[in-house]
Amino acid sequence: MPLHHANRLLETAGRIILGKERELRLALACLIARGHLLIEDVPGVGKTTLAHVLARLIGLQFQRIQFTSDLLPADILGVSIFDRETSAFRFHPGPVFAQLILADEINRATPKTQSALLEAMEERQVTADGETLALPDPFFVIATQNPAYQIGTFPLPESQLDRFLLRIRLGYPDRAAERALLMGEDRRELLERQPAVASPAALLELQHAAQRLHVSEALVDYVQALLATTRTSPELVSGLSPRAGLGLIAAARAWALLEDRDHVLPDDIQTLFPHVAAHRLHLAGDGRPAPPATIVRLLQAVAVC
Amino acid sequence: MNGRWLRRAASLKPPRKGAAALAPPLERAQGTWLLAAAVLSVVPHGLWLPAWLYAVCLLLLTWRGLLLWRGIRPPPALLLLALSVALTVLVRVEFGHFFGKDPGVALLALLLGLKLLEARSSRDVRAGVLLCLFLQLALFLEDQSMAVAALALLGTLATLGTLVALADPAGRAGEHLRSAGLLLVHGLPFMVAFFVLFPRIQGPLWGLPADAFSARTGLSDTMSPGSISELGNSTAIAFRAVFDGPPPAPSERYWRGPVLSAFDGRTWTAAPSVEADAPFYTPEGRRFDYTITLEAHNQRWLLALDYPGEGGPLVRFTSDHRALSARPLQARARFALSAYPDARIGKAESAAVLTAATRLPEGSNPRTRELAARLAAGAASHAELVERAVAHMRASRLVYTLRPPLLGAHTADGFLFDTRRGFCEHFASAFVVLMRAAGVPARVVTGYQGGEINPVDGYLVVRQSDAHAWAEVWLEGRGWQRVDPTALAAPERIEDGLAAALAANGHLPFILQAELAWLRDLRHRWEAVSNSWNQHILGYNPERQRKLLADLGFSQSSALKLAGLLSGVSVVMFLILYGWATWQRRAMDPVQRAWMRFCARMSRVGLARQPWEGPLAYGERLAAALPDQAQDLREICRNYARLRYGMPGPGDSLHTLKRQMKEVRVP
Repeated sequence: MPLHHANRLLETAGRIILGKERELRLALACLIARGHLLIEDVPGVGKTTLAHVLARLIGLQFQRIQFTSDLLPADILGVSIFDRETSAFRFHPGPVFAQLILADEINRATPKTQSALLEAMEERQVTADGETLALPDPFFVIATQNPAYQIGTFPLPESQLDRFLLRIRLGYPDRAAERALLMGEDRRELLERQPAVASPAALLELQHAAQRLHVSEALVDYVQALLATTRTSPELVSGLSPRAGLGLIAAARAWALLEDRDHVLPDDIQTLFPHVAAHRLHLAGDGRPAPPATIVRLLQAVAVC
Repeated sequence: MNGRWLRRAASLKPPRKGAAALAPPLERAQGTWLLAAAVLSVVPHGLWLPAWLYAVCLLLLTWRGLLLWRGIRPPPALLLLALSVALTVLVRVEFGHFFGKDPGVALLALLLGLKLLEARSSRDVRAGVLLCLFLQLALFLEDQSMAVAALALLGTLATLGTLVALADPAGRAGEHLRSAGLLLVHGLPFMVAFFVLFPRIQGPLWGLPADAFSARTGLSDTMSPGSISELGNSTAIAFRAVFDGPPPAPSERYWRGPVLSAFDGRTWTAAPSVEADAPFYTPEGRRFDYTITLEAHNQRWLLALDYPGEGGPLVRFTSDHRALSARPLQARARFALSAYPDARIGKAESAAVLTAATRLPEGSNPRTRELAARLAAGAASHAELVERAVAHMRASRLVYTLRPPLLGAHTADGFLFDTRRGFCEHFASAFVVLMRAAGVPARVVTGYQGGEINPVDGYLVVRQSDAHAWAEVWLEGRGWQRVDPTALAAPERIEDGLAAALAANGHLPFILQAELAWLRDLRHRWEAVSNSWNQHILGYNPERQRKLLADLGFSQSSALKLAGLLSGVSVVMFLILYGWATWQRRAMDPVQRAWMRFCARMSRVGLARQPWEGPLAYGERLAAALPDQAQDLREICRNYARLRYGMPGPGDSLHTLKRQMKEVRVP
């Protein structure tokens, strides 16, 4: 079991991205659970660096797509260009054909472009000119999003948000981490000197291991109770979908794996629940995303037994 | 946002060293619950506490409220200590001693206020809860009415809510209230069992000397001008009666109290009488059976309807034809009595009594004596003399009023010839003086006259304002005859009650005024409800307990047998509740049962698992609270988690878990 890869990865990444061990671990868990990650935060807190670090340390093929309002679907997926030599259209794959994609500021692009990427994420394949092309495996999208109130953004609709397994926020570094950051050398340079500590093969192995983790009846009971609570809560517009429930268990499996356990605990569910649920749940009153206090209330309404 | 959030939400702050680590800090909701319980426990005592003391208690509670909601700094321990000492000294000054109920309740209330000010941990809350419960209990030392019982129950509900909030700090106020209500309901069968079966003792349970003999309003065994009209303003209930058949007519409702035959010119006092187990006359004529429920008045007289016949074993009779209780009535009491209104009493009265009944102080009331001489001249018999006197009084147009003018040294002269305005005691007193002056044996009888049937429950309610005085004259061959001189001036007083008689004067207490029909109706209803409370809850005495148990098939029940029965019933009910709880737990698997037991054990030292708390998070919290066993506690929680949520493992791991759990030492 290549858990030591994961541990070394987290340790190395922690030296580059300071004071964000928990967020790194969540990002890795998301990767292991074969989900996509949404990072929502103000610019400049290291969202891009996080994606770079993961790609570099695992040795994944990396593409960065900067979303702008004039970005077209073809700019992401690729275009077919007529090849005069073969007298046929030949498909030129776009940046989406990479193992790790950083979709930077995804809410700056038009909904049409957004949905092109999101469909590719879901299907793990791209259809162009009637031809279906599989995306590489592992395939992992890290999308970053500025908080929606900024000008010139197209907030992702709820149905699209559902395609991201986890949403995390990085937040400002604490005092000590920021001091080390300000005193230390440039993170990019540091990263470029850093060799890979794991491999795509190791990642695939971890993904398979996570899928085999034991989920007991009792735990499923707990998850079901949790889902039911989100569906009956008068505070919310609607509850979590079965897909979200599946995602919750998958993410909890990956998390338990990183904790070196062979079974999933309610504690894992509780750790992951805010990251799985917060971007999928909306308040009944004004449709705002559910604030942390609401998520805590939901968790506290369900007994662990 | 992460798991740490949850832990923070439960406010499980990093533990301090030592014992304090066991007591989690107080949540604001818990503090609010306790404050509510304290307020509900203290406020009803305002009816009895000295005003300054009550104000201090309320100030302390307000201070606590500011502490809770305004976040002002708690008072330093030194200030609290100084306050406690100062207030204790003030209580000593107020009551003169520390013993007995009143200073005790005062100290409890102050202590609660002070304890709340320093409440920081769940341990302090528990102390506060105990104080609240004591204060609720103390309410019943003062008053056992339905309203007070409701207030105490409200206080108990809030106190239970505090305990629930203590056990479940994350819950919402509504959930706490529901759980507290459920607990109260669980207690209900026990309450009923204890009420029915707990061995009753005769008289008040807490007959503290200082309280049992305190002065109460009502009739006294002396009468001077103004003593009964004082009662005319009081609407307090003197007693209630319910008749087995139709009640007697209003004009026959004379409730006999003290019989006064000694007169010093101003004040009438009772002459000594002889007591026996049976009436001093031969019962004859119509008979009325009724049950009377007397309010406590600290006297022995039963205010029985004229003329009292048979009563129970606790009823005694006097030679002046009153019914007495064996002991002074220090609590509300019920008696089954009968009355013979047509009986002839005192046909063979002793010479000593008759001599005493013609005695007048030397030189008093000369004008009345002169009038008596005039009336006596030419009267063939005493009976004719009485008739003449009655006719004379009717002719002199005396006025019946609650506010009679003051009388001089010769009270009968002053009333009959000068002021001509008086209340029943003036009429009765003047008539008896007149009779004695003419040589006819006569005496004053005080008691109550009339009463009002409550249409809601059919009880006849007699109030202090129905207090009355009338005269009895002794005639040869006929015995003592009742003459009510008041009826001469105000016949409606006797027929329709005080309200009708005084309607013209308009000096009536507000609620007695007949025009306020809706108010009277409301009053009737309230009094009917509180009467049924008195009859069925407070009136449940040893006798009725015996009767009820006999009806249930437990005859000859001694206190010991009752205690045995009570414990038996309690044990059975407890087993039912316990069995129900275990049956619910039985549905769980053995791992779960062991875990629940472990959690219950931990909750006894203030480390209850929150219902939503996962095993690992709980383990961390336990480890933080009991650092010397941190490793073992984490291990237990991890092992439980593996057994519960992991792959089915080797068979002996449950055994290991149980052993580990047993090895934990809880402080």
